[in-house]
Amino acid sequence: MEHYHMNLTLKVWKQKNSNDAGKLETYQVKDISSEMSFLEMFDVLNEQLITNGKDPIAFDHDCREGICGMCSMHINGRAHGPWDKNTTCQLHMRAFKDGDTIVVEPWRSKAFPVIKDLMVDRSAFDRIIQAGGYISVNTGNAVDANAIPIDKKDADDAFMAASCIGCGACVATCKNSSAMLFVSAKVSQLALLPQGAPEKESRVLNMVAQMDKEGFGNCTNTYACEAECPKGISVANIARMNREYLKASLTTED
Amino acid sequence: MDLNAKIPAGEMNEKWTDYKGHVKLVNPANKRKLEVIVIGTGLAGASAAASLGELGYNVKAFCFQDSPRRAHSIAAQGGINAAKNYQNDGDSVFRLFYDTVKGGDYRAREANVHRLSEVSAAIIDHCVAQGVPFAREYGGLLSNRSFGGTQVQRTFYAAGQTGQQLLLGAYSALERQIALGNVTQYNRHEMLDVVMVDGKARGIIARDLVTGKLERHFGHAVLLCTGGYGNVFYLSTNAMGSNVTAAWKAHKKGAFFGNPCFTQIHPTCIPVSGDHQSKLTLMSESLRNDGRIWVPKQKGETRKAVDIPEEERDYYLERRYPAFGNLVPRDVASRAAKERCDEGYGVGTTKMAVYLDFADAIKRYGKIEVGKQGLSNVEEASIIAMGKKVVEEKYGNLFEMYEKITGENPYEMPMRIYPAVHYTMGGLWVDYELQTTVQGLYALGEANFSDHGANRLGASALMQGLADGYFVIPYTLGNYLADEIRNPSLPTSHAAFEETENAVRDRINKLMRIKGSQTVESFHKRLGKIMWDKCGMARNEKGLREAIVEIQQLKKEFWSDVKIPGDIDEMNPELDKAGRVADFIELGELMCKDALDRNESCGGHFREESQTEEGEAKRDDENYSYVAAWEYKGESDWNLNKEALTFEIVKPTQRSYK
Repeated sequence: MEHYHMNLTLKVWKQKNSNDAGKLETYQVKDISSEMSFLEMFDVLNEQLITNGKDPIAFDHDCREGICGMCSMHINGRAHGPWDKNTTCQLHMRAFKDGDTIVVEPWRSKAFPVIKDLMVDRSAFDRIIQAGGYISVNTGNAVDANAIPIDKKDADDAFMAASCIGCGACVATCKNSSAMLFVSAKVSQLALLPQGAPEKESRVLNMVAQMDKEGFGNCTNTYACEAECPKGISVANIARMNREYLKASLTTED
Repeated sequence: MDLNAKIPAGEMNEKWTDYKGHVKLVNPANKRKLEVIVIGTGLAGASAAASLGELGYNVKAFCFQDSPRRAHSIAAQGGINAAKNYQNDGDSVFRLFYDTVKGGDYRAREANVHRLSEVSAAIIDHCVAQGVPFAREYGGLLSNRSFGGTQVQRTFYAAGQTGQQLLLGAYSALERQIALGNVTQYNRHEMLDVVMVDGKARGIIARDLVTGKLERHFGHAVLLCTGGYGNVFYLSTNAMGSNVTAAWKAHKKGAFFGNPCFTQIHPTCIPVSGDHQSKLTLMSESLRNDGRIWVPKQKGETRKAVDIPEEERDYYLERRYPAFGNLVPRDVASRAAKERCDEGYGVGTTKMAVYLDFADAIKRYGKIEVGKQGLSNVEEASIIAMGKKVVEEKYGNLFEMYEKITGENPYEMPMRIYPAVHYTMGGLWVDYELQTTVQGLYALGEANFSDHGANRLGASALMQGLADGYFVIPYTLGNYLADEIRNPSLPTSHAAFEETENAVRDRINKLMRIKGSQTVESFHKRLGKIMWDKCGMARNEKGLREAIVEIQQLKKEFWSDVKIPGDIDEMNPELDKAGRVADFIELGELMCKDALDRNESCGGHFREESQTEEGEAKRDDENYSYVAAWEYKGESDWNLNKEALTFEIVKPTQRSYK
């Protein structure tokens, strides 16, 4: 693949801490290779800032291979940038051309307060899982793994739902800051498996209640979440969750 | 110091059962009074914290990421081994044990490996019960595949995301315990020292990475589940934040470091593309089930891969190792790739890459599909299209990842791959109970040295992390804590906490006061280059001696000229990184010292002075059949302790995969 170099203007959100108002700062970077990843371009910028005695930009990142879910930049108005089914760390500079201006902001949601610059607090997702995103089995309780055959289609669907990386792009991209895609992916995974059946009702009710408590908005079926999800989690999960929720609401006594 | 591995007496296959039958227990009422600190929430840490919480201990779990679910176990792709023998192909606890000891080139402790094999099946049962969506066959039962270094199909998997699914399983169990109040979770926290009272680990000093504040935490025991230290090489497949700091602090407080030089260089990674590179990406070893590795027979070949005819290709693994072919263990495959590239047969712009080709697999699967569907007179193009679909089902996400990074389509042209640092078999020395040489301080998963010897087989890391956390530590920790029930929790105003916190604060102040001119990152890169060039895939005495001197110089330069922006009492990722790089520099020196001392080749450790006529690694069992357990004495000063390895069952032979 042909590669090239480019000079870019970056407008990046700077915010000292959660109490600070924050604003966009403008930076210039030169001689960026099209083979770099987007975060490597940020590394170059930060090295430049540190060397010049300026404050580097704080951003979340860890695995840099698209699976840990830590990276979280809103790039030119899109969660994780211009490529479909992609995380920020997997975005490469060949997506841009010489002279481009790139605007980078943190995830925007009341439930994800900014910690610093591009870093946000996503612990609301952990608390939603704590509300029921598990199967209650203690270590040592299990029967043989092949004792319960599972229909391959159900197993595959459960896997697809389980491939959510918890990055929060769905929330960041939704005009209502809804977390329905995230929550429904976990609800679906466990509802599709026989092992998850006993807690089906309480799980969906409790997780949805926690989701509301955290301040996430409602779903109005724009499907923006599915379009921006780096793992292609389907909105069919939301429909499944709504069915599960309805069933649970009708059958649960308290 | 006398190293006692505390291996139970008796027959190999009865040791663990016997141990469990006689180990001390802690009654439920007492468990509630005992506090356990778990550092790291990957497979080992999350499974340990969850299981200990279930038992009723008071657990505090720490991770430096924003959530326990981010730990780098999540990136493991290929699979997890278990001696289930669901495929009826001759697998057994003994075979898995044997393969692992042999694969580790006879530098692992037999009793630990046997226990690992014994508990492997229960891991799969437990994960399925948790809702881990493993791959299944049409009949609804679990699917298996084969992995390097074995001749049976014992690997369970979830597409190319096995680590993710297993970690999310352990994470959900951990979150459940948090909800139940048995575990308190501390995110964005980093352990910066162990607190010692009367010779026992009694707590930690941690830094809240958001506020920069130092915190004191008491524990009757401290479990380090902090993963490996591959980032000492700067470029590796590890996550950016993976570090040795917690393990290194423990080492300086008396925990011996076992076999630090044993590093796994994984054969199938995406090659380096330039100086800007911040990390390397692995392409799962499972690809070697179907992909064929080759280089051109002609040096300096300029044609495109697809234009090179079959007879002008050198499938060097199939040629050199006909019995295992492309499925030889990782160390063997990596060295063979390096050998071809060093000889001038490498491909791509840097010439430091070999091809991993799926063209044959695509054709083969296409023909099988034709057969299945009962078609006749099918055009070549349709066969290939059908084959591509099958390959996509098996490896789709990996192919997609490759294309995102390189911009090349691996369905049309072979992947280019090259070895990269992936895993560290070395780690804190632990006994059979996973206790380090410091009482009350334990190491689990990749952070310890115990089960993989000098080379880890594919799909064994996930197995070991979960074995340690779910099925080993819940028993062995009780044996220690049973004697601690008389010792109530100490207040963190205790002098030992005060003193340790002050030492941690002094070091941070010292780092911040340097105000030099070179960035943390630049030092890390330089360290990485020394390590890769002189303590990488091939090592020799001259290079290692040079490396030690260079690292000592680098250390001086770091402590006099590093530039760290920002303040102490705030979020400051550069300061976090500076502390980690300072520890990596010290570790790098020890790794070179260990590699120098071990004048033999074994597994991933290849000393150029010790090879067979055919260029294979040559072990020296007479002189080096031991675990090197290094004891920290002071700056650049270590004492070597040896744990002799005795092999009752698997008799060491020259490892052959031919």
